[in-house]
Amino acid sequence: MTQTPLEPPRLERAEIGARTLRTDNWRRQPMINGAILLVFVVYATWAILVNENYFVEPYISPFYSPCLVTTCAEGAGWQFVPWVAWLTPSILIIGVPMGFRMTCYYYRKAYYRSIWQSPTACGVKEPHKKYTGETRFPLIIQNVHRYFFWVATLFNIILTWDAIIAFRDHEGNWGHMGLGTLVLLINAVLLWAYSLSCHACRHTFGGRLKHFSKAPVRYWMWTQITRLNAKHMEIAWVSLVWVGLTDLYIRLVASGTITDIRFF
Amino acid sequence: MSKAKFRVWRGDAGEGELVDYTVEVNEGEVVLDVLHRLQATQTPDLAVRWNCKAGKCGSCSMEINGRPRLACMTRMSTLDQSEPIAVTPLRTFPVIRDLVCDVSYNYVKARQIPSFTPDPSVKPGEFRMQQEDVQRSQEFRRCIECYLCQNVCHVIRDHEENKEAFSGPRFLMRVAELEMHPADTADRRLAAQEDYGLGYCNITKCCTEVCPEHIKITDNALIPMKERVATRKYDPLVWLGSKIGRRPADTPKVPNT
Ligand code: SF4
Ligand code: SF4
Ligand code: FES
Ligand code: FES
Repeated sequence: MTQTPLEPPRLERAEIGARTLRTDNWRRQPMINGAILLVFVVYATWAILVNENYFVEPYISPFYSPCLVTTCAEGAGWQFVPWVAWLTPSILIIGVPMGFRMTCYYYRKAYYRSIWQSPTACGVKEPHKKYTGETRFPLIIQNVHRYFFWVATLFNIILTWDAIIAFRDHEGNWGHMGLGTLVLLINAVLLWAYSLSCHACRHTFGGRLKHFSKAPVRYWMWTQITRLNAKHMEIAWVSLVWVGLTDLYIRLVASGTITDIRFF
Repeated sequence: MSKAKFRVWRGDAGEGELVDYTVEVNEGEVVLDVLHRLQATQTPDLAVRWNCKAGKCGSCSMEINGRPRLACMTRMSTLDQSEPIAVTPLRTFPVIRDLVCDVSYNYVKARQIPSFTPDPSVKPGEFRMQQEDVQRSQEFRRCIECYLCQNVCHVIRDHEENKEAFSGPRFLMRVAELEMHPADTADRRLAAQEDYGLGYCNITKCCTEVCPEHIKITDNALIPMKERVATRKYDPLVWLGSKIGRRPADTPKVPNT
């Protein structure tokens, strides 16, 4: 007598039609994040392209610093790159902070969720048919984040210098401080906090090690960076908004709409 | 005592539907208690997997109002009881029956990872390490294998076809754990990218959001792993250096799994 072997049943996922069964307001967070990103991008694009009111002794907008081209406003930056008058000097340098933030692990999460909808929220089906993540071009480029970290660190030094020279008055004498100085100073501190809390920084200064007890200094650095890193998301937002506000403040002073408050 | 409305997915091998029940709820109860009451009073054939009722065995993973949770750790008082509460099986894995899934995908992925590989010349008991050397791995060892992270990850949840190429957060975290172990000598970085699909992860952190052990999977395992892979595979300076110096061989994934 022959026996028919018993086939195990082919198992399938549960048939559930709905995109999600979540009942909470999962659209809220991606909407807020998307809105802030959008407002910032629109404002920054405009501020970069207008090519005016970005400098007023002794303040320079972070969107235009370091100002390296010959057509920079007089007194701003180190003008040595030959340039044409109609093109904004910002174009030459803005790629650095932009690239740093675009490849940042936190912003990636924010825009993958709120703009690319991949996924919009956890447990909510994404609208895309295919998904390859960061395995191929163009998103594989995100792996260069560490290089942006180093160049951005250089920029932080320059922007810190911008804040220091804001302690000179418009004639170049030290011992001045205005609201603009404070704004630039806070901007520099936030940018350092953002860079130091970066995951690439955390990896470079200690995370890559296997044997912490053999490298006590790097272990200590890693521990401090790790503490900052836990706040990377918050710092990312605050520093982003502050960069925008710094530009806005200098723009308002430069255009004569408001006058800088002088502390001493 | 009050009454709550439940909508429980009932079915076999994929085919099924949400069935409505009205059931008694007492103060201090969790969803698993209510499912047990359903079994006891209305539908003795309701299949549900559980073991410890203490959030430590990882058996009772399911989706409650669309959110991946442990049924034994989800208090009824945290849910809005004026609306029906939807209880469904994990979406990413095939259903055996009702709320019970076949999670063998996870066991296959687990076996592919080369296990702990100490230096053979170091004798047992000779290796010395300090607390700070193991603290990172200890966070990952809290894992209770509930696979809620694997279930919520959109890479496979929304794209069944990616299961072949992607091992999921739980097992990429296992790779990170071994890579951070001071006594381990294998190099799984290339395999992490090419065989376990680390590149598919877009660090959107849903795994971290659902982990009942509050392991920071993305920040402490996946991103550090991405950085290690960047060093191994995508860093032109490191590549130049490796052309000059010697680099230890990559450990391939375990074959025949
Ligand atoms: S962070 Fe990566 S592994 Fe975790 S759920 Fe998101 S895509 Fe999946
Ligand atoms: S990492 Fe967390 S969510 Fe994933 S299986 Fe382990 S305990 Fe569950
Ligand atoms: S700047 Fe955000 S992770 Fe590097
Ligand atoms: S029954 Fe063990 S985790 Fe819920």
